Amino acid sequence: MGKAIRVLVAKPGLDGHDVGAKVVAQALREAGMEVVDTGLRQTPEAIARTALQEAVDVVGLSILSGAHLQLCAEVKKALDHEQVDDVVLMVGGVIPDRDRAALEQLGFSGVFAFGSHLDDVVRFIKEKVP
Amino acid sequence: MSAPSERKVVLEAGIEVKPLYDAADVTASARALPTLEGEQVGKPGEYPFTRGIHALMYRKQPFTMRQYAGFGTAAETNARFKYLIANGQTGLNVAYDLPTQCGLDSDDPRAAAEVGRVGMAIDTFADFEQAFEGIDLEKVTVSHTINSIAPIVLAMNTALAKRRGLDVRKLRGTLQNDLLKEFIGRGTWIFPVDPSLKLTGDTMEYCAKELPLYSPVSVCGYHIRESGAHPAQEMGFAFLIARAYADRALERGLDIDDFASRLSFNFDIYGSLFEQVAKFRAGRRLWARIMREDYKAKDPKSCWMRMIAGGGGGGLTVEQPELNIVRGAYYALISALSGTQTMALCSYDEAYTIPSERAARISLRTMQLLLEEMGLADTVDPLGGSYYVETLTNQMEAAIRQVMADVERDGGIVQGVKDGRVQAMVAKQAYQRQKDLESGRVRKVGVNCYRSEGDETVVEFHPFKADQAAVQRERLAQVKQRRDAGRVAAALEQLRSAAAKGVNVMPQLIDAVEQLATVGEMVQALKQVYGEYKEPVRFA
Repeated sequence: MGKAIRVLVAKPGLDGHDVGAKVVAQALREAGMEVVDTGLRQTPEAIARTALQEAVDVVGLSILSGAHLQLCAEVKKALDHEQVDDVVLMVGGVIPDRDRAALEQLGFSGVFAFGSHLDDVVRFIKEKVP
Repeated sequence: MSAPSERKVVLEAGIEVKPLYDAADVTASARALPTLEGEQVGKPGEYPFTRGIHALMYRKQPFTMRQYAGFGTAAETNARFKYLIANGQTGLNVAYDLPTQCGLDSDDPRAAAEVGRVGMAIDTFADFEQAFEGIDLEKVTVSHTINSIAPIVLAMNTALAKRRGLDVRKLRGTLQNDLLKEFIGRGTWIFPVDPSLKLTGDTMEYCAKELPLYSPVSVCGYHIRESGAHPAQEMGFAFLIARAYADRALERGLDIDDFASRLSFNFDIYGSLFEQVAKFRAGRRLWARIMREDYKAKDPKSCWMRMIAGGGGGGLTVEQPELNIVRGAYYALISALSGTQTMALCSYDEAYTIPSERAARISLRTMQLLLEEMGLADTVDPLGGSYYVETLTNQMEAAIRQVMADVERDGGIVQGVKDGRVQAMVAKQAYQRQKDLESGRVRKVGVNCYRSEGDETVVEFHPFKADQAAVQRERLAQVKQRRDAGRVAAALEQLRSAAAKGVNVMPQLIDAVEQLATVGEMVQALKQVYGEYKEPVRFA
């Protein structure tokens, strides 16, 4: 058996709705992954530092405030600054279809809007992380 | 497949539903409850208020209609308020943006992405004044969805009333100001648990003494339910939290009857119609019992479970959003059948965005329709006496009592929140619910059954003006220019000093507000004394 996949689940910005983040974290744990859950109100810099220190394979953000385009861009910039360039990026929350392309262009290959299934999140990570 | 009569039906709170109820079920379920003073059901307007807190309910006064609104700047929000009032809304329910809720000014770098996004930005009293410009505070009551900085908003509201020459002793209004639930769900905490409760005590004491008609706390089962709690937990946790606040007020030397009548509640509605109605009827009775039996309240008003109930964000779906209009109508019906004092519906587009004017108007019309066309204001507690509803009310009371007893046995709600046990419990249930939705065990129309593939989304997104943060920052800079910096500094030092002494900080907050100190500056002064909340380590 290979090494367990390591995932950082983070909530950037000020949005306090963390049911989704907790639910996803639990599903990933049950799928055998190691999950680091940052809790609320993380700055992009803190998220990038944690990603580096914890040597994660995946960074998953949860944003329900509508600020996902700005916050995802800031987190990407902070990750670049820390030279964390080999992680899979995901984002979930209240994300309209029209923003999907922009997020993918930023490097967020996994975009899981409301209504996504936990199985799909797990499958996505398993496919992306060898 | 088993026959329909053999299919097991279990409500979310764990109560099993029979195919048919009769008088024997009502008697048996009542016998399982503690024998206490007064009838179980009784009359509306009489203890224990199972059928309603007023004798005539909506015959005398229909429920207040109070849609949640606020976005962008104070000026934009003021325009939406006026639109809602012009359309017949009878109260306001203010949404503040996240920086304001978290005590950050609009020029704080941490606020950059979120100024005016999910509510209106308030940096100083100048913004607050503008938000309510032209609105008669004696006719339209204002409810503020604000928690950590609730004492600051109370100070602003008091300062505004004074500036307009109103008698603050007659000022009505409501603060959400329920911090314990912010630690469980919603997450706009700033200070640690104990200082947060201290500030709640300050607002309760100040209101009891200076603003006797103002409701300083609206205890929210709502967000706890949205975070994963079932209906009996929603009520049970809310009552435990309300008790924690009442205990803080009593420590100040207040009598229970000095403040209990101004405590109010905010509850959620989605799920089984009858379970919801029973939840509210049982809750009303149990809260009355708690106030009279445990707290020895003498004023009947102290025993009233006054509530706002209507919205049920957790019940709405992004799939087939038009169905949310229908769901909203059912939730409003449940709320009216349950004897709510105030109603606020989630709008059909709210699973995506800030409601459009059109969506907000549909919600408002939904409530008006119940009163004008459907006869919901014609008679009190129309479901009272139904074998099923009365049985379920009794069973729900037993379930809520059990939830409360379990938490108290494990060290109480405050300790449970401090060490994260309560949060872990509701998160576990949220996970189970998501699994149940995905497996189809819990049915959700448009989500796991009756899907319409390829349906166009009909929702229009609220236009977020990226330049409004700059407008707000500029406004803040102007206020900072024109205020007296020396007096602001002195007021902030007085505030810090009052906090350090442990006295009630409301007078110092009002002074700081009047000197145009910013929300961020006042919060910073308090943080110097109180420190900041750190989330408990999350359970794996």
